[in-house]
Amino acid sequence: MSDTTSITPRRAKDATSAATSAPGSPDTNSDAKPPRSWKATLARITNTTWLTSLLAVVVALVVGAILIAAADSGVQASAKYLFARPGDFFGALGHSVGGAYASLFQGAVFNISSSYTVADFVHPLTNTVSYSVPLIFAGLALGIGFRAGLFNIGAQGQIVMGATLSAFVGFTWHLPPGLHLIACLLAAFIGGAIWGFVPGILKALTGANEVIVTIMLNSVAVYLLSYLLTLPAFRSPGSFMPISPAVDASARFPHFFGSAIDLGFVLALVAAFAVWWLMERSTLGFRIRAVGESNDAARTAGMSVPAAYVWVMVIAGGLAGLASTSQLLSGSSQQLNGDIASTFGFDAITVALLGRSKPVGTVLAGLLFGGLRAGGYIMQSSTGTPIDIILVLQSVIVLLIAAPPLVRAIFRLPDPDKRAKVKTSRRHEVATVAATQPIATVESTAAAQPVGAVASEEVVESDSPGEAPTDAGPGDTDDTVLAPSETEAQS
Amino acid sequence: MSATLTLDREHVGLAPRSWKMPIILSILTLAAIIFTATTPADMSSGVALAWSARLGTTRLTLPTLLTIGILTLAQVGVTVWSWAVAISRKKLASWWVIIFGTAFVLVFLLWAVAGKENPLQFTSLLSGALFLSVPLIFGAMAGCVCEHVGVINVSIEGQLLAGAFLAAVVGALTHNAWIGLLAAPVAGALIGCLLALFAVKYWVDHIIVGVVLNVLVTGFTNYLFSTVLAHNKEVFSVAVRLPKWSIPGLSEIPILGPVLFAQNALVYIMYVAVIILQIMLFKSRWGLRMRACGEHPRAADTVGIKVNRTRVLNTILGGAIAGLGGAFFTLANGLAFGKEMSAGRGYIALAAMILGGWKPKGALVAALLFGFADNLQNALGVVGVAVPSQFMLMAPYLVTVFAVAGLVGKVRAPAQEGTAYKG
Repeated sequence: MSDTTSITPRRAKDATSAATSAPGSPDTNSDAKPPRSWKATLARITNTTWLTSLLAVVVALVVGAILIAAADSGVQASAKYLFARPGDFFGALGHSVGGAYASLFQGAVFNISSSYTVADFVHPLTNTVSYSVPLIFAGLALGIGFRAGLFNIGAQGQIVMGATLSAFVGFTWHLPPGLHLIACLLAAFIGGAIWGFVPGILKALTGANEVIVTIMLNSVAVYLLSYLLTLPAFRSPGSFMPISPAVDASARFPHFFGSAIDLGFVLALVAAFAVWWLMERSTLGFRIRAVGESNDAARTAGMSVPAAYVWVMVIAGGLAGLASTSQLLSGSSQQLNGDIASTFGFDAITVALLGRSKPVGTVLAGLLFGGLRAGGYIMQSSTGTPIDIILVLQSVIVLLIAAPPLVRAIFRLPDPDKRAKVKTSRRHEVATVAATQPIATVESTAAAQPVGAVASEEVVESDSPGEAPTDAGPGDTDDTVLAPSETEAQS
Repeated sequence: MSATLTLDREHVGLAPRSWKMPIILSILTLAAIIFTATTPADMSSGVALAWSARLGTTRLTLPTLLTIGILTLAQVGVTVWSWAVAISRKKLASWWVIIFGTAFVLVFLLWAVAGKENPLQFTSLLSGALFLSVPLIFGAMAGCVCEHVGVINVSIEGQLLAGAFLAAVVGALTHNAWIGLLAAPVAGALIGCLLALFAVKYWVDHIIVGVVLNVLVTGFTNYLFSTVLAHNKEVFSVAVRLPKWSIPGLSEIPILGPVLFAQNALVYIMYVAVIILQIMLFKSRWGLRMRACGEHPRAADTVGIKVNRTRVLNTILGGAIAGLGGAFFTLANGLAFGKEMSAGRGYIALAAMILGGWKPKGALVAALLFGFADNLQNALGVVGVAVPSQFMLMAPYLVTVFAVAGLVGKVRAPAQEGTAYKG
């Protein structure tokens, strides 16, 4: 009956999952790869409502506030006589936390008090944009990997290699302006792509775990760069520091309107669009997504899983390599040094996770984290709050967004997933009920309920068909009604 | 893929031939032959062996070409044998690999120090290698515990860092390294708690939680370092150090004594931890239960093991072990806390655990290998060898890449690691 449509699929799914892991079938069991749960995690991140994201940011800010307050000497001093003069304590608290967050905001978005020219007013925002460029590039790179089921932690190494090759082209070749820039961009892409190709081909040929290989290659890249910087070819003439000569002026990004925004940001947006087209509109992207969803199914459909892995890692490596250009071709020094990649590669993991591996999300997440970074420097210089707190904020945000139930538990929110599911199934049921006879529904509902379901809930359930056609029923009742069957199905 | 292989095996009755090992050994042998061929006949390599505190030090002067020639011949022999073994569809016994590896390392060392004024300090090379591998070994043990129970622990890095931080802070506050040593596992266990909370309770992907927790701990400790610790230097920059203990009797064994039994307490704790874990994981009820949770949680649940409870408790235990290893950076080195002290060792520990085939024994060997490579550049630097230190530092990472791509095909991770059990 109607109920079978809503409940049977869940049961059937459960039955198959039980069958695959049943002890009696060792063959299926040993061959079946354990489901990559982070795929489920990403799916869950994708389904998160904007409210959860917002609340995650709120919790992160609260955690940050606690840290700021705890490290503030004024707060510490006033906490000693908290009960004697609570006002002092809260005053100090507000001063330290408010001051820090205010300067964070002023450094990231806009600064009303700075001056009256438009350029100064939007200066923080342009800073944010320029800080976000490497994060967007690297975040896009990692996002592609995530969607192919590859956990590429190697953006750091790919950025380093991209920077190395790009810088080499930038200061040894002397080409005419536009051409030189294009050559440098290509070099950055190729450098990163080579470093992405290695884990990709190893994964494709030998099944080597890409997490380990990329982590190892990160370190290899750093040492390789530090070795190269000892060579005369890479050493800035007359310098005893491991720093390369500056990239030629002809290879630098043009700036727009004299602001911090340069061509890099435009290229990042173009890259985001290209990634969107690749993943959503191209055959290769379809293959990549298919491999990410289920590589067994993709193989059965005749797609080459190894080829997809290699392509993903090459493209991801290239994009990560391009992330280096925002430092090299537009930063303040334009010189290759050991710290050229900063921590962009690791920050990009959080960017890609927050952006749900989608281009638009990644751009927004990159802007958010770029803003945190831009604001963080201002906060550090004006209030003395170390920028490291940004790392705490970032990680708390990503952790909470990956675990919506925790956010809901903190704020005592109902479970939107469950309610949505129940509502659609109920509506469907109700519609069919209206078409057929109501009595059968009461029976089938009772039959579909697990044996352990509480009798009183059955009463609720059997009452509802009468009033149901006008109203799908309050969500809370529905939750309690279907909750037992949900738990039963899972256990 | 594996399905067809099993079928073939049933029908034909033969194991597939694997050429990985002989190919790798051949490449390394070729390298050794190149080393030998490029050595002038009249060179000699100086090696200093510190037998023990009582017996003193001997300086050996070995004719380079003859010595490495013999060692290279031994490698050629093992390589030929590995081809023969591979043709007959068998697996090369691991002690052949150990002989080969030792010979290769010796060839490289003797070649590198040939013709140098200062001898290679062999004993201190080994003892330093053991010392440097301490955090890797603790981290790898933590990884073993967590992975066998079904939780992938990428946050070893964060646990090491947290352990280093709390150990240093508590040690400085109490002026007592031992109390600091007690605090280290507490910090690691806290990170383990967070990992368990998100991975087991909220089913977040384990690798994601691990990576993010590492960022969190880095940010947290950096922040406290630049605020609380920096503002109260007189309180917190006190460095306390675990004393070095020479075990009477054992430390008199030539070579091995000074290497193994003249270390600090953390190293002895490490010996005990590795032995206990190796036995308990595979011989005890606790080990069986936790492995059941990692291999087949539903079956474990069916026989009455509380899967998620077991996972949470053992993840916390793993965190505590890694946290204890973190004490290495501060207490064992006699340093105050510094920003990002663990410097990626947690990731290396993870690689060591995988290289070691998810077994404490194997992880120990792999971690020692990393420690050795780490210390090699110190030792060779003292001798004044021309090989750039960056390549020496790079070596363990490259070895890991090769190993993960080539050698680790055989060993198997716990079947259900990284999956949530929705019991």
